[in-house]
Amino acid sequence: MFRRLPDVAGGRVRVTINGEPITARAGDSVAAAMLACGLGQCRTTPLSGQKRAPYCMMGVCFDCLVTVDGIGNRQGCLIEVREGMRIEAQIGRREVS
Amino acid sequence: MQRDYDVAVVGGGLVGTAVAWGLAREGQRIVVLDEGDIAKRASRANFALVWVQSKGLGMAEYMGWTVRSSEGWRQLADDLRAQTQLDVCFERPGGFHLALGETELEARAELLKRLHNQPGAADTRVEVLNRAQIERMLPSIGPEVAGGSFCPLDGHVNSLRTFRALHKGLNLLGAVYCAGHPIRDIVPDQGGFRLLTASGEVGAGKVVLAAGNANMRLAPLVGLKSPMRPNRGQILVTERAAAFLNYPLVTVRQTDEGTIMIGDSREETTDDTALDLSIAAVEADRARRMFPALGRLNVIRTWSGIRVMTEDGFPIYDQSETCPGAFVVGCHSGVTLAANHALVLAPMIGRGRLDASVVGAFSARRFDVQKAA
Repeated sequence: MFRRLPDVAGGRVRVTINGEPITARAGDSVAAAMLACGLGQCRTTPLSGQKRAPYCMMGVCFDCLVTVDGIGNRQGCLIEVREGMRIEAQIGRREVS
Repeated sequence: MQRDYDVAVVGGGLVGTAVAWGLAREGQRIVVLDEGDIAKRASRANFALVWVQSKGLGMAEYMGWTVRSSEGWRQLADDLRAQTQLDVCFERPGGFHLALGETELEARAELLKRLHNQPGAADTRVEVLNRAQIERMLPSIGPEVAGGSFCPLDGHVNSLRTFRALHKGLNLLGAVYCAGHPIRDIVPDQGGFRLLTASGEVGAGKVVLAAGNANMRLAPLVGLKSPMRPNRGQILVTERAAAFLNYPLVTVRQTDEGTIMIGDSREETTDDTALDLSIAAVEADRARRMFPALGRLNVIRTWSGIRVMTEDGFPIYDQSETCPGAFVVGCHSGVTLAANHALVLAPMIGRGRLDASVVGAFSARRFDVQKAA
């Protein structure tokens, strides 16, 4: 669905998304990296279990919530990818401890 | 005069709707006269506990009344579900009051002792527990928790859904709800009442004042009184999290939908449009010390709300001697006491007489005692 602009440079950053190794680009947000690799869903809602994907990409809508390195409900659009980062879909409610 | 209704209930919050629902179920023709959306409404700001332990110091009858409502809540929840298909998520697993440090624990034990040493005290089955006993039921407590008290009659509920269910139930019973009808005056007339509101006049055979802190202004219109002393509380709410807290605390509880509510502050002010973050910070800090895992959660909302509070903190249920058919119903604990209001008090009002053997202690005549010079 999304394609990268041809003229944007940036080093490679290796992360895992739902356990799959993915190569993102330096400067990508977590949400952008997920969209760029074709993932159309980043979470399910805690009450009705509906699927959600990143939407506003600017920190407002909270629809891009994901688990990053074991911490739930992080806003994927506000976090830059880092080498070795573990990104997982946020399925329902976040963990407590 | 035109008399369209058997009973006009003034106030469409949890107290007013619980009484109105109880009356409507008995076939009475009911109108609920309410303010609008900007009313200071404890029914939307409360902490949603059905709470027994530690209530009633200074009036033992309040202990028994509260125990009775806790026992009645299952029936209220079941009746509301049967009628409206809404699950108000009433649970009564018992509740905790946790003490941070030995000094707080001693104060807690002392308070409970005084409470239960009162003549006529009800048996709430509350127990003071040490840290090890509490840890078996609440494994995630922090190191500062010295102990606490546990009462098996304590519980909680989804109070917003309760509020909605009562309104829906009233509607299904044919009761009329009028928002935007604040009361300007009440005129006794030919054995009934004319209620003059901002949106016109309504006639009813009886009137029940259930307008929260506004009862103070309204009660004298029908020969009653209701001295009030409102205060402000602040609540913090976290994002929804996996279930980790199986029991409500008086200051922390996890809702049926996963959010964690933190509250129980008290300030002598009635401005509900502001927050005092220094107080919210203390609430959050105490919650985090009780359950360190809470420190990792994000707070997504805070609000302040105005408590309905009578001058001495105990309910006021009274009937007018000079204007027969006029009643006043007011209390702080509109959630806890909803079962009593719907199932016990409303039928008395329907019969036209409060039963002194049941609610006589809650008459506002207790405020008539002369102060010593």
